[in-house]
Formats: sequence, C-alpha cells, structure tokens
Amino acid sequence: MNNSLLRGELVRFAAENPEVMAANFSRWNQDTEWLRLLDTDPPRLLSVKKWTEWLEKDLEKGTSDELFFAIRTLDEDALIGFIGLFDLFKQHGDTLVAIALGERKYWGKGYGTDAMRVMLRYAFNELNLRRVGLIVFDYNPRAMRSYEKAGFIPEGRIRGAILREGRRWDWLYMGILREEWLANGIMTS
Amino acid sequence: MGIETQLFEGKLVRLAPIDHEKDPEVESRWTHDLTLLRALYRQPAMPQSIAQIKKKYEAIEKEVDESKKLFHFMIRDKQDGRLLGFVRIEGIEWSHGTSKLKLAIGDPADRGKGYGGEALQLMLRFAFSELNLYRVAAVVVEDNPEALKFFQRCGFVEEVRRRKAILRDGQAWDSIHLGILRDEWMAIHGKGDSSHE
Amino acid sequence: MFLELMIGRWLMEGDLLYGKLVRLTAEDPSVLAEACSRWNKDSEFLRLLDANIANQVSAKKITEWIQQDFDKSPEPLYLFGIHTLEGERLIGWMDLEGTLFPHGEAFVGIGIGERDAWGMGYGTDAMKVILRYAFQELNLRRVALDTFEYNPRAIRSYEKAGFVYEGRARGYLCREGRRWDLIFMGILREEWLAGCG
Repeated sequence: MNNSLLRGELVRFAAENPEVMAANFSRWNQDTEWLRLLDTDPPRLLSVKKWTEWLEKDLEKGTSDELFFAIRTLDEDALIGFIGLFDLFKQHGDTLVAIALGERKYWGKGYGTDAMRVMLRYAFNELNLRRVGLIVFDYNPRAMRSYEKAGFIPEGRIRGAILREGRRWDWLYMGILREEWLANGIMTS
Repeated sequence: MGIETQLFEGKLVRLAPIDHEKDPEVESRWTHDLTLLRALYRQPAMPQSIAQIKKKYEAIEKEVDESKKLFHFMIRDKQDGRLLGFVRIEGIEWSHGTSKLKLAIGDPADRGKGYGGEALQLMLRFAFSELNLYRVAAVVVEDNPEALKFFQRCGFVEEVRRRKAILRDGQAWDSIHLGILRDEWMAIHGKGDSSHE
Repeated sequence: MFLELMIGRWLMEGDLLYGKLVRLTAEDPSVLAEACSRWNKDSEFLRLLDANIANQVSAKKITEWIQQDFDKSPEPLYLFGIHTLEGERLIGWMDLEGTLFPHGEAFVGIGIGERDAWGMGYGTDAMKVILRYAFQELNLRRVALDTFEYNPRAIRSYEKAGFVYEGRARGYLCREGRRWDLIFMGILREEWLAGCG
C-alpha cells in the first residue's frame, strides 16, 4: 500500500498550490449550471487574484476542521475538480463531504463516484470516522445516483429550502455508516 | 575523533541545510506517499502542496532559530547532492539533556541502501558529541516493523509501549518509544572514527 | 431525606463533571493564571508537575499563554479547574491534551496546587471524573499520561484510577544531580468499562 490510500481506479487526490486552484475555481465558477448544482450562494464572479488571496489565507491558518483535495485523473493527470470534508476532529466521528467536478467533459463517466469511494476509504481508514454525510439538491439527480452507487443512503429532506428559477427545491441529506461501508466491501483496502 | 572531524559528512550522505527553491517540489512529491506520512506523524496523513512545504520550511527555520530546541537537516547524496530525506532532533530539554529524533528517506527506491543508517549515526554523533545530550528517543508505530528493526540495529532500546494508541484501517496499533543513552552509543561506537553499519 | 439522597445521587451521576469530592469547572484564564502563579512559588510542586525548568512567571504571562493555547488550538482546549465540593475551593487544574482525533487518545495532566489538599483523595477523584468525561463525552479510545519516577504519590493515585504501567524513558530527567525515569501509563476504554463503567 503506497499511494493507494488516495488513489482510485480513475482518479487520485492531490495537494495543489493556491494559484493553481485559484485559476481553476475562477474559471469553473463562470459555469453557472455547475455552480448552482454545487452551492446555494448566488454566483459571484471572483478574479483569480481574489481566489488566490482567499486560498493563501487558508495556508496561513494551518490546521482547521476541514480537509480539501484536488481531484486529478490517473491517465492524463488532468485537474478536474475538488473534494473536501467539513466538521472534522470532533468527538462524534461524523463529517460532511462535498465534491465538485468543474470540468464538464468528465461528468457522467464515473469519475465522481470513484473520487467519492476514495474519500470514503480515507475517512474510515485514516480519519477513523464513524459516518460520512452529505447534502445534495434534488435538482441534481446525476449526483444523487453517483452517491447511491458509492453507498450513501437518503436520510431526509429539508423541504423547499432552495428557490431558483421560480420554484422550490429540497435539500436531500444522505449518509453512510462505517458498518455499512465495511459490509459493502467497496474499496476496503 | 577531534574537532577536525566533519560532523555533517558521511561516506554516502551529507547533512545539509534546506534548499528553499529546489527541495519543496521533491518533498511535496514524497508527501503523496501516505505510508511515509503515517510512519512519521500521528496526524491524519495529508499530502502537501509545494506552497505548503515552502511555508513549512520557513516555519522550521524560524523554530530552529528561535526555540533553540530543534535541529533540522536535509539528507543529500554525497555524489550528486540529490535530496534523499531529512533528519531532525526536536523537543530538546536542555536541562535534562533529552530529545526526540525523526528520520525519513523520502523515496522508497532510496531505502535499504545505507543512506538512512549513515544519516542516523551522523545525527547521533551530533547529538552526543556536539549537543552533549544524555538521551535520544524515537517513536515507531507497531505497523512499521522495518522502522523498529532500523532503530534497534542502531542500538535503540524499546522503552515504552503505548497500547493501541494508533487507529488505522480499522485496527489499533501500539505506539513504541525507543531510546538510546549517550553511554550506550559511546560503547558501540567508541571514540574511534565514524564508520558504522 | 431519602428522596433528597436519591435525587442528589442521580444529579451527581447525571452531571458529567461531578465526582464524590471534587468537580471540574471552566475558569477564566486570568483566574487560573493567578492561582497557578501562586502555586508555582512552591518549587516542589513545580518539579513534581513539570519537566520544564522550574521558573517564576507572572500571572499576566500565564494568562497570555492560556489565551494563546485557546486561540491556536484546532480542537477545543479541555482545561478545567478542580474545585472541592465542600467549601468550593479551587485547589488545582486538570487538562486533556494532544491531538485527540483521529486516534481517539488524550494525554491527561493534573496539578493540585494547594499543599493541604495533597494526599486526601482529591486527585484520584478528579482523575475518575476526567476519565468518565473522556470516555463518555469525548468518545475517546484511550487516555494516557506521563509522570516522574520521583512522584510515587501520583503513581499510586493513577493506579487507583485504573491506569496501567506502559514503560519508562530511562534517565529522562536530571534533577538534584541524579537521573530519574519518565513513567508512562495508559488506560484503554475497554479497561475503564470493565473497571468502573
């Protein structure tokens, strides 16, 4: 087991310099469909400079209760998105995961599901967490299917929490417990 | 062995300062090997970007300069100056003469060639003959038998077993503390030259 | 009367930070610092507690240190005052430190600063409270400590609280012209559950 803790079948996780992520974030954020699938905040078009400042501030912070990785493809080493965990290092052994693939041409090809599986293995085998949760919007069926493939189970919905394009949408909570992940046997190193 | 003996030169390696320009890229690459990180640190294994390594290097030199409780050296190939790893003595308690040591050879392909062993001996000689320390400790996790053997071969003695202290891959492992005292090291290496296993 | 006793016991059992003789409290850094600065005048107390060079530090400086610890710690700081239940006296402090997660281990530290409170079972009682807190609230897997060979009172107290001897760093301390070992002890969750649940 070498780098395998952060490698899947299609992707690997990497740590990137602020200016690299900033350039990508700034570009990806201009795709408002992507942004609205990911985030409830209204899109703001921030410059590469602003993104770099913001990410460099994170560098200064040192330790925090969040972890982020860049997602790169194994075959071309292309930087296609990012994935992160929130609310870590607390006594409950629970976390929230968020993933986004900014490069459209990699949507619907299994890259997201592969990345999620790698993240679950890291969460359960390195961070020793008891459960991993996530929030997905009910206008994102592609993501929901991907999460189900990775083993997540729906846990409830916050009804009508999003108002976009003139109608109401729900937040969907999903989660996977350690025992379920072990039983699934998907990528248990 | 007198004042003229070179503290930082071995036959295979040299102990050297940080190269802020060239080293971050190499070390960033090593940190994507989580087995190495797990061998060195208790914190969750997390790869570091080049920028993060650069910041870490600045923090290291600041701490070396200000705390006076840390010595951090890069291990370089004596032939071509290539970065092989690092070795450090940290947590020095001067009034007691105690300290902790960490050593890493970053690329698995460079291990088992004697680089680590020589760097360890250079560092121990530095600790005992220049810093005048009484003891040097090292911490190894039970799931890393190579590291345990490495230190034991060099004369470290197992002193503490913190049972099931480390949880990884769903299994609990002991954290093993080893120690070597100045008298023990002197007995093995005498006051002769620096040739070692 | 019986009813009061029953309710009282239920309350005590229900309140995680109450023992039989002491309770653990949150203190303003300045309050704790003032008490520490006073207790630190007793060098025997200092040398029983700390490997750091015994020193005289102002309450102001100690307040800064505590505040810095609060600010820079990524995890919450589990620092408590120890109050006697009878008389509500602040007699010492207690903390859980180290990076608690992901391995689920903390190092416990305790100092009873009021000399007339030594040897009265307050320390052992406080230790039982913190263990319950560590295992029931923080869901830790193990609690560890280190202590000095020349502090047999503390070692006995820790044994009473359920800690198991795990080894010693030989000759770690040099005080009064001789060497003393640093003793390591630990208690696993399953041991605590079996012992006192």
